[in-house]
Formats: sequence, C-alpha cells, structure tokens
Amino acid sequence: MMLQPTLSHYLVVSSCLFVLGLFILVTRRHAVRLLMGIELILNAANINLVAFNHYTATGLDGHVFAIFVMILAACEAAVALAIILAIYQQYANIDIDRMNSMRE
Amino acid sequence: MDEWLSSLVFWTLAAVIVGSALITAFARTLVYAGFALLFTFLGVMGLYLYLAADFLGIAQLVIYVGGILVLLLFGVMFTQGGGLMKQPGRGAIQIPSAVMAVGMAFVVLLHVVLYTPWPVMAVERAAEPTTRTIGTLLLTKYLLPFEVASVLLLMALVGAVVLARREAKEQK
Amino acid sequence: MHSVVEICLIILFLPLISSTALIFFNKRLPRGGDLLATACIGIPFCLAWYVFYRVIAVGHDPQFLITGAMQWFTIGPGNAGWGFHIDNLTAVMLVVVTTVSFCVHVYSIGYMRGEDYYGRYFSYLSLFSFSMLLLVLCDNLLLLYVSWELVGLSSYLLIGFFFRKHSAADACKKAFITTRVGDVGMFIGLLMIYRQTHTFNYIEVFRGVQEAVQSGAWSETTWTIAGILLFCGAIGKSAQFPLHVWLPDAMEGPTPVSALIHAATMVAAGVYLVGRLYPLFSPDALLFIAYTGLITAFFAATIAITQFDIKRVLAYSTISQLGYMMTALGVGGFAAGLCHLMTHAAFKSLLFLCSGSVIHAAHTQDMREMGSLHKKMPVTFWTMLIGAAAISGVPLFSGFYSKDAILASALGFGMEHPNHRIIFIGLLIGAGITGFYMFRLIFMTFFGAPADDHRYRHAHESPRIMTGPLVVLAILSAGAGWFALGEHGWFERLVVPYSVGTAGVAPAAVEADGHSAHNIAMILSIVMAGAGILISAVFYYWKTCSAERWAKALGPIYRLVYNKYYIDELYKKTAVGGTLIAMRILAVFDRVVIDGLVNFSAYFVRAWSYISGAFDLHVVDGAVNGLAWGTRLVGTISTLFQSGVVQNYIMKVVAIVAFILLFQNILTTFL
Repeated sequence: MMLQPTLSHYLVVSSCLFVLGLFILVTRRHAVRLLMGIELILNAANINLVAFNHYTATGLDGHVFAIFVMILAACEAAVALAIILAIYQQYANIDIDRMNSMRE
Repeated sequence: MDEWLSSLVFWTLAAVIVGSALITAFARTLVYAGFALLFTFLGVMGLYLYLAADFLGIAQLVIYVGGILVLLLFGVMFTQGGGLMKQPGRGAIQIPSAVMAVGMAFVVLLHVVLYTPWPVMAVERAAEPTTRTIGTLLLTKYLLPFEVASVLLLMALVGAVVLARREAKEQK
Repeated sequence: MHSVVEICLIILFLPLISSTALIFFNKRLPRGGDLLATACIGIPFCLAWYVFYRVIAVGHDPQFLITGAMQWFTIGPGNAGWGFHIDNLTAVMLVVVTTVSFCVHVYSIGYMRGEDYYGRYFSYLSLFSFSMLLLVLCDNLLLLYVSWELVGLSSYLLIGFFFRKHSAADACKKAFITTRVGDVGMFIGLLMIYRQTHTFNYIEVFRGVQEAVQSGAWSETTWTIAGILLFCGAIGKSAQFPLHVWLPDAMEGPTPVSALIHAATMVAAGVYLVGRLYPLFSPDALLFIAYTGLITAFFAATIAITQFDIKRVLAYSTISQLGYMMTALGVGGFAAGLCHLMTHAAFKSLLFLCSGSVIHAAHTQDMREMGSLHKKMPVTFWTMLIGAAAISGVPLFSGFYSKDAILASALGFGMEHPNHRIIFIGLLIGAGITGFYMFRLIFMTFFGAPADDHRYRHAHESPRIMTGPLVVLAILSAGAGWFALGEHGWFERLVVPYSVGTAGVAPAAVEADGHSAHNIAMILSIVMAGAGILISAVFYYWKTCSAERWAKALGPIYRLVYNKYYIDELYKKTAVGGTLIAMRILAVFDRVVIDGLVNFSAYFVRAWSYISGAFDLHVVDGAVNGLAWGTRLVGTISTLFQSGVVQNYIMKVVAIVAFILLFQNILTTFL
C-alpha cells in the first residue's frame, strides 16, 4: 500500500525540507531568515539520520548523531545570533549584501 | 484501520512539515516565518516520535522549540528597526533562477531517494524506550565526541557572551 | 745637427696648438687669446732665425740636407710618410714665414682691436702659420698637397672673415674655387708621378722621374705634361695669368691678412713649389713657366696703373711680382727667383701693412680721397716709401738686387736662346711700369692737396703696436737684398736646386751666363725704374701732365686695362655662364629622370603601404579586436560568477553539482 510510510517517504520529506532550506539560503537577504534556512537543512539531515537508523540499523547510533547535530545547531544559533546583533549595532541593518567589508 | 490511521498521522505530519517550511521560505515577514518554523519543528518532533525516537523527540522540543526558535525570535525582535535595503544588492538572486537551481537539486535528490535500493530490514523494529541506550552509548562508545561537543558548547557560550558584552560596552 | 729637427718640430706645432686652443677657448682666454697666438708665433720666429743662423751662417754648405720621416700609411706599392726635408731653401722659407707672420700678428693686435670674433681671427692666423710651415717643412708630395689645401682653407677663412659683408663672402668663395681649379691639375700631376715612381718622397721622386726619363719609360712630352700639371697648382695659388682673378678680390679680407697670405707667404707658395720641385720640370715645362710668368708680370702691372683702390694696386703689383719670380725660375734663375720671393715677402708685406695703416687712418681705400698724408703719418710714410723704393728697384734697396738678378737671368737666357729675348724685354718694361705705379700710389696717397678735408683732419698716425712691425719690415726690405745677394751674398751659392746624382750642371751654366749679363741688366733696370718714377712724378707730383686727359686720349685701351682686360667678365660669361647652362640641363634631367624615379618609387611605396595598411586594418586589427572582444565576452560572462556575494556562490555550487549529478545519475539510469 502506497500510503503506508516507508523509508522513501521520510527521505522525500527530508528532501523537501532540505530544498526549501537551500532556497531560503540562496534567495533571502535577511540574516535571521538565513539562520532559519540552515535550521531547516539541519532538520532534514536529522530526519534522514533517524529514518535510516529506524529502517536499516539495529543500534541507536543514528540517534546519537542526531543529538550531536542538535548540539551543533544550538551552538551555531547562539553564536550566529550574537554576531547578527553585533552587526546590527554596527550597521543599523542586517542585509547580508552590505556585509562585505570587515570595517568601515 | 490501524495502518490507515498511522498512515494518516504520517501524511498529516509530512504536510505540516512541508507546508510550514514553505511558509518559512516564502513568508513576507520574519515573524510569520518564525512561527511557521515552530510548526516545522513540531512536525519534525512528531516524525521522531512516529519513528519511535522518543528521546530525540523530546530533545527536539526542548532544544529547537524551546531554545533555538526562541533565540531566533529574539533576534527578529532585536533587529526589528533595521530591515532591508530598498534595492537588492548587485549579487541578489532572482527567484526564478534560484527555483531552477534548487528544483534541479530536488529532482536529483528525489531520483536518488526513489531509485536507490535501500537495504531496508525486513522486520519492523519494536518501539521501545531509547533514553537508557542513548545514555549508555554517549558515555561509552561516543564518549570522546560527547566531551568534545560539551567543550564546543562551552566555547559557543563564552563566545556569545563575549560578543554580547562588547556590544553592551559600546552601547554605553 | 739633429737638434734642428727638434727645433723644427717646435716651430711647426706651436701655431697648431695655439690655433686649436683659440678655436675652442678664445672666449675664456684673456684678450681673446691674441697674446697666446702671438707668443706661439714669436717663439718659432726666434727659433727660425736660430735655425737660419745655424744652417746658413755656420753651416754654409750648398748641399746641406736633413731628412727624417715616419711611416704614415701604405698605398699599393708605395708609402706615404710624415717627414721633414730641411735644406737651405727651407731655412730661408722658415725665416720668411715666421718673420712676416710674427709682424702681422703684432700688427693685428692693433689693427683688429674691437672687431667681432677677435679671438677667432687669431686662431685662423695661427692655423695659417701652421699650414704654411708644414708646406715648407714637409718632405713628400702628399704632405705638400695636404698643407697646400690647408693654406687654401685658412686663406678662405680669413678672406671671408668679415663674412657679414656680401663681397667678402663672395670673395672667399671665389678664391677657394679658383685655386681649386689649379689644384685639380696639380693633383693629377702628383698622381702621374706617383704612378711612375711609387713614392711621394721628394728625393725618391726626383730620382724616379730622372730614371723614368732616362730609361724611356717617360717620354719628354710626358715629363713636360707632368710638370705643367704640377705647375697648375702654382698658377692657382700664386695667381698666375689665367687664374689670377681671385687675388684682387681677396683684398676683402682684413689688411694684415692680405699682407701675410696674399702678399708674402701663401701666394709665394707656388713659387716655392716650383723651386722645391725644380728637378721635376723639363726644359719645355720651364719655358711654359717662364712665359706664364712673363704674361702675368706684364699684364698685371698694366692693370695696376689704372686702379684707384690702394689695396687693389698692391694686389696687382703682387701678381706682377709673382710673375717675375716664375719667369726667373723658368729661365733658370733659381736663386734669383727665390731671392725675389724673400725680398718681396719683406717689402710687399710692409707695403700692405702700411696701406692698412693708411686705411686705418683715412677710413677709405680709394686713393683719390687721400692725399697729403705724409705730415700726418710720418712713420707710415717713410716706411712705405722704403717699400716702394724696394719694389721699384731703387739701388741699394732689396728689390733692386733680386730684380736685377732676375733681369740678368732673363738676359742670359735671351742671349743663349735668341728666340726668347722677348722675356727680357717684357720684364724690363714691366720694371719701369712697377716704378710708375708704385710712386703713383705714394704721390696720390701722401702728397698733393688733401682731397677730403674731413678725412684729412681726422687722419692720425697709427699706434706703436702697428708702426713697430712696419719699422722692422722696413729695415728688412732695405737690407735683405744687400745681405743676400750683395757683395758677399750667400744666396746664389747656398740656395741651389736639389741635384740628382752629380752636381747640378744645367743651372750652373745658366747662372754663369747670367753673371756676364749682370752689368747690362743692372744699368738697364736702373734706367727703367728711374724713368717709371720720373713719369709718375710728372703726372702725379708736379702734375705737368693730366692723368685724366691721357686716359681719355687712350680711350679704349684705358678702358680695357681699367676693366682688367675684362677677364672677370669673360669668366662670368664662359665659366659661370657655362656652369649655369649645365645647371639648367641638369635641373631638367633632375626633374624628369631623377624626380620621376623618386616619384615612382614614392608612388610604389604608397601603393604598397596602402595594401599593407588595409591588411593591418582588416586582418591584423580584426584579429586583435576579435581577441579583445572575445576576452571581454568571456570576462563579462565570468563576472557573473564572481559577484563577491556568498549566496551567489552557494547557488552556483548547488546548480552545478545538481547539474552534474543529474546527468550522472539520470542519464546513466535511463540510458
């Protein structure tokens, strides 16, 4: 039965998330929106990890990897937001098109 | 009936995830995008639970929804006055070309996903609590990465504080 | 005796050093360097007298000769060298040249004061002295020719010294070109001799020519032709009859220059040449020389009667006297001709310097505007009177002895060859004319009523620096003849032509005849000179006869003579006119043939460059532009990939990776 979820279904969903995250990353100019795109991509990766772990493996190693990914995401989000705030203080805007010089 | 219900749950979650991700991508304002992201994270959490990853699901809720998303929303609010430039910069990407490139990547991914013979196990795994096993793995097999990750977190914490402190000083 | 060679080296090169120094540094030296130039001729002047004393008075050897040469270069089988040929004649010439040159240098300090290019003038004078000394000292024909042209060059420079004056610029060109006509002949003769003897050295040439004549390699005619060709150089330089026209015009130069170059030394170089190369001339060639000299002497004297320009009278007188010298050499009066050269150098330079002094005082050269100057300028008057007496042949003055010797030689020659008595008669009449025109000059200039009160009032004696040389030269003019040819004269005994092999036979015989004719000649010449002076006194001092009326009476003859026998006009018609016609023909040739060729080649080049230009424009430029255009296109395209925006790069990475994977996977799957 096609409606029954299989590995491929999860992978398709994660592909969609990845592609949308990529789309945000490529087209959007607001730094916070870019962070959202990155989170989508990381989530897509996590879904893949968990799905593969569920369907093809015996242990829970995929889960551990997913936890590490979450740790990275947390670190990244914290530092990136601190940077964004610093840039905002400096430039009064956060358009990444303007962030092409180290100092002014 | 049971299978149908479970299928329904999966498709609902999939629809929520993809739909809210679309809203995140295309929403005009950041606040909408942020709230749409909340639903994406929740959908992903649902998928985790659906895949019998209970610990991960809780972690997803705590870290993403409770931590990262809140941080993002704080960021949105802090930079509210900034906004964007009226004119896109010279490197700005036109939506159609981005759609083409990303669509091509999507086609490739779909192709790989659908046409790869995945080594799927014949037997469905039983749903059992994962917390104890993950804890054991983290402190035995993945001890070193775990400790490195903790150091990484500490560094990120200190780095963020330093950035924020300098900023505060300058504000004064 | 070898110290003589070293002394001669100093004599020769001091003027060259001063000339070179003055050419480059005359503006930096004090007083334009005139003192340096004078010192650099003064020292040779003293040394030359010392050499003269050593060679003539102490040495007293007719065959005295020092030669010394260095290799210069080799032409074919022969050599050319640097070398000295010093004999008695050289010693005499050294004294003549340095003495006159020194006097002229000193005189010029006064005469040229305040002129433009004062330093340059002395540089030229020094250059001339060097050239003339080289001419006198050198030991071979090639060096002789070099110095011959060098004196021609310095003469050209000095005649044209007032180059802002049109007439001076024309005169210097005329002098250079006219003498050049003779020099061409001389050069041909020189090459004829070289071809036969394969050497330039005098002694070897003399021997070689004699051998050639004796062995029959050269016929008598060839020998004569070679001699006449060499004499052509002397005709040009010494202003002999057909080529004399440049000398009167050369008076455009400063008067001291006229005295030095165009009276005393350079014009005498032709006479020196004939004397030096005496063994090269066949009897026929000598006869040719004698007649050339006779014609020149007589006809220049007649012109001198009619001229009014004081310097021109002297110039024609110079030509006439040079004719005397040539005639003397031609008839075998070797010592007589060269002695007249020496005495003439003294009294003619004296006369020119006196005329310069007069011009300096009167500011005119026309004798009709002078008069009664003897009270105003006593030194000039008395010295000039001595000069005039000397040239006219008044007894006891130098000219008397030398001219007397010439007449004696001619008379002796006429006795031996009765066909050629006309030479003696012509010279005798010429002697009378000489007396006439010289005293005409004296009377017109210094006696009579002042023609122009204004000029007369402003006339004044020249400064000491100018009268000093006059006195020195006057003493020499008065005494030189007695000293050289008088009772105890040494000239005839010591100055003899170089004899090849045995002692000279032919000249000695002629000399002997001359001696026997001496007394007749002396009496006749005194009578003629006295007659000439007397007639000029009748015309110009007592004015019993009117010169104008006589001139009118003689009408056409007077006009012919006054216009110098129309020789200048003849040259203008023939030589200059012919040159002009040739020029026009050549101009047509140029225009049609040469210009045609040039235009054709220009047209060809233009066509070729048009083609290659088109090739350049379309092919080469096209390639270059195409390359540039392509590069720009690629650059424009690749710029799109390098926006410097990270998002662009991400998208490109995505697109490209996706594209590659798409091909790799999908195509491999479906195909």
